[in-house]
Amino acid sequence: MSRVIHKFTTRVPTWRPHITPIDFDKATPAQQEALKETPSNTKISDYVLVLAHDPEPLRIRTSLFNGIMYDKGGLSREERELGAVAASVVNRCIYCAAVHAQRYNNLTRDERVMQEIFFNGEKADIDARQRAILKFGMRLSECPPKVTDDDIASLREVGLDDQEILDLTLSTTLFGWANRLMHTLGEPVSGA
Amino acid sequence: MSHVLETAAGVPSSGPLAEALTMRGKLMELTQASYEAALLPSDAGNLPANLRAALACRMARICQQSGLTQHYADLLAGYGDDADPYQLALPGEMPPADEQRLVAMVDYVDLVTERPRDASEATISSLRTVGIDEADIVRLAGLVAFVNYQLRVAAVLSVMGKSQ
Repeated sequence: MSRVIHKFTTRVPTWRPHITPIDFDKATPAQQEALKETPSNTKISDYVLVLAHDPEPLRIRTSLFNGIMYDKGGLSREERELGAVAASVVNRCIYCAAVHAQRYNNLTRDERVMQEIFFNGEKADIDARQRAILKFGMRLSECPPKVTDDDIASLREVGLDDQEILDLTLSTTLFGWANRLMHTLGEPVSGA
Repeated sequence: MSHVLETAAGVPSSGPLAEALTMRGKLMELTQASYEAALLPSDAGNLPANLRAALACRMARICQQSGLTQHYADLLAGYGDDADPYQLALPGEMPPADEQRLVAMVDYVDLVTERPRDASEATISSLRTVGIDEADIVRLAGLVAFVNYQLRVAAVLSVMGKSQ
């Protein structure tokens, strides 16, 4: 029996949809087109099959998501993951937080940072640059978003340039987008 | 190139921020394409473009993003005088109770904009109960999620742009 998970974890849960995923074999041409953008080597997830109810945005979204998280230059991969986690913590998207905390851990080989964040949130005992990124990401994820000259200055003080601030903004806000889909159209459960 | 987001945020045409955006030019193109898919879709389902513009304007006001509030107010005005009969572009305004579907949609917009952490299975059930089909639920969720992304990017760009 599966149960809904409400606490942050780095163990990636199963995502149980509240909306019926589309039947791949009955997909319309527009849906097939949108699903072509997803990796062909893995089974198409229920999440993507739920989003395929509205294929037009899905087709664009996959490239945008991959570009924001993986395109070369600018902010490091792990700091983009930190932005994603900051948003997911504010929005309490347990699933997104787990996936991106795990990616952060795999990139850095350091599990302590995510443990601190999951346990202490904005007060996490992490280094100054990580803390500035986390705080910026969390404030930006509030409603209304909090971003002032001082917030930008706090990133510059720990060495972020314009490119890195833009990249952090994109990875953080992208998860404001993803969280609002993941956390409303379904829920994380333990077991299968 | 005239992208809604950068225009509304008043991004300067030169300087380090402009250069950073050029480096992410492909991503800003895809952001513009996502805007068009969310606000001006070829298949709008039962969420017509005028309603989408009104809800986006409401979200922009909730997030206190003046540039995009103006953009969405102008977009809405372009659909004519009757485009938003219940003034849904203004936070706090609600449709009459007998407009059940619309009431449920506006409740969803407000909750998922302001407190997405509080969404649960009941949030989706309340849309389903009033007869909103699954494809329209996904359309509504996609609109709300995209606009919240766009509003936050604009918030940062407008602050950064002012100092350059």
